[in-house]
Amino acid sequence: MELLGIYHYWVFAILLMIGLYAVIVKLNLIKKLIGLSLFQSAVFLLYITMGKLEGGTAPIVTEANANGLFSNPLPQVLILTAIVVGISTMALGLGIVIRIKEEYGTIEEDEIQEIDK
Amino acid sequence: MTAFHSHLPVLQVIVPMLTAPLVILLNQKRLPWIVATAASLCAFAIAVTLAMSVMAGQTIQYSLGAWPAPWGIELAVDAFSALMLLVVTGASSVALLAGAQSLDKDIEHHRQPLFYAAWLLALSGLTGILVTADAFNIFVFMEISSLASYVLISGGPDKRALPAVFKYLVMGTIGATFYLIGVGLIYMMTGTLNLADMAFRVEDVADQTPILLAAGFITIGLALKAAIFPLHIWLPNAYTYAPNMVTVFLAACATKVAIYVLLRFDFFVFQPNLAEHDFQFTFFLLPLSLLAILVGSSVAIFEPKLKRLMAWSSVAQIGYITLGASLLSVSGTTASVLHIFNHSLAKGALFLVMACLGMRIAQLRIDNIAGIAQKMPWTMAAFVLAGLSLIGVPGTAGFISKWYLITASFESGAMGIALVVIILISSLMAVVYIWRIVESAYFRQPEADLVITEAPLPLLLMTWVVVLMNIYFGFAPGVPIELATGAAELLHGQTP
Repeated sequence: MELLGIYHYWVFAILLMIGLYAVIVKLNLIKKLIGLSLFQSAVFLLYITMGKLEGGTAPIVTEANANGLFSNPLPQVLILTAIVVGISTMALGLGIVIRIKEEYGTIEEDEIQEIDK
Repeated sequence: MTAFHSHLPVLQVIVPMLTAPLVILLNQKRLPWIVATAASLCAFAIAVTLAMSVMAGQTIQYSLGAWPAPWGIELAVDAFSALMLLVVTGASSVALLAGAQSLDKDIEHHRQPLFYAAWLLALSGLTGILVTADAFNIFVFMEISSLASYVLISGGPDKRALPAVFKYLVMGTIGATFYLIGVGLIYMMTGTLNLADMAFRVEDVADQTPILLAAGFITIGLALKAAIFPLHIWLPNAYTYAPNMVTVFLAACATKVAIYVLLRFDFFVFQPNLAEHDFQFTFFLLPLSLLAILVGSSVAIFEPKLKRLMAWSSVAQIGYITLGASLLSVSGTTASVLHIFNHSLAKGALFLVMACLGMRIAQLRIDNIAGIAQKMPWTMAAFVLAGLSLIGVPGTAGFISKWYLITASFESGAMGIALVVIILISSLMAVVYIWRIVESAYFRQPEADLVITEAPLPLLLMTWVVVLMNIYFGFAPGVPIELATGAAELLHGQTP
């Protein structure tokens, strides 16, 4: 049961591997970027789940709950930054794919290599 | 220390970062270049001031927003980061000062403000990695500099840069994400992101498996960014098809900053705390360094494209840098840090020569530069001197670091002799690939109708400045050696 108890790590690992697989195996550049996006999202999940405490609430300390249980907010703040980085990477990646389509007329990796020979 | 002086670490990053949006607003002919160059020179002046303070024995620490570490983000400059700051800001300033005409040729006028803004962002990202003492901050700055350099590389007229930069983007993002996973695992176990605090708290972690896993993720991630063999496959094409000036800037410093983070993380956080991690580090890095040296040099020997030849030589030179670090001795690490500095000088000069040639010749191939020395004598003389420094001939900067590397190898016992043999073989291979270019430029007859002139004056002048620095630091290597020794002692936990 212990292995299932930490199921969010399994979700993280499986998502990570699906993403990496797509990046390596797919020849279509857009599909590669989708894989890359999955790969990054898996890490977001890793960070967000590690801050969660069962029964924990948002860390707003008042007199009423001074001894309450709080979740750590820092991982969420960190991952907010990482999400912004991920979005910028994706936007730039898609921008490059558009330019590749304009110049080469295709977004299949093998066809691009054929043209560049 | 004056109030202004104490803010220098943060100004190092902020000056180029805040100038970047300003540059976008300028669209007069030369203004974007002037402002970007001024910002870069300002960053260089800050780096020189910081290096002088470090050499005077000061420790420079800065709490961002006056939040004390480890809660707030701490900036810290020591000998290692001071030397790297000199390299990064120096390379950027030289490339910008030299590159106005070359960049005019590669980048259309209306895109130039955006291009210079990306340049400044890349500069501020790279300097940010060097000044910060916070693991997550390093990730953010790494991505700022990487995203900006993807833009720089794909900014030129060569369409082959686009697939090259796409590959770089995918591999760079995987590398950064691996680094992020590693930092996350350490944060889970220690609850801190400050590097010094992390090194202190990892000791008390009961179960070291996640830390070991983190060490693996961080090493592989940074090896991807640093183009350590066999994760270098993005590098040759990205350097080859980038605009010439971008290659000067990035080849001199981008991969080395990733090596800086790798060394800092491994020597500070992992090696003192993980059982037998130093041997794992050596067994991982040493064979890869040797392969990088041999494979990189061999491919360079048979490469007909000039810039690609230089890029493969960079793969080999990164091998020298990691080889020094993998010896795990103070002298080895000194050699490694010193080679970061000296290789930037030599490769910077060589890529500046490529930029000179690129102003006059469309296709930079060995066959196309036949007899070019008759038309561009100054350019090719600079190439010969910079080439000698790359090979490591006495009297040039390259010799100093090779000498340190060979001394350090001898110290490492029986294996050392084999290492020295490999270093010497690879230096001979460097002689071969440099000679192929010299042979073509000096001893072949130019085509009869070849009408070209010497490269534009500012470009040629800056090329010679860097070449003369190669020779100057070959005879008076005091400052880099002092900083490199300080850095190595710091990394090995010895207070100087």
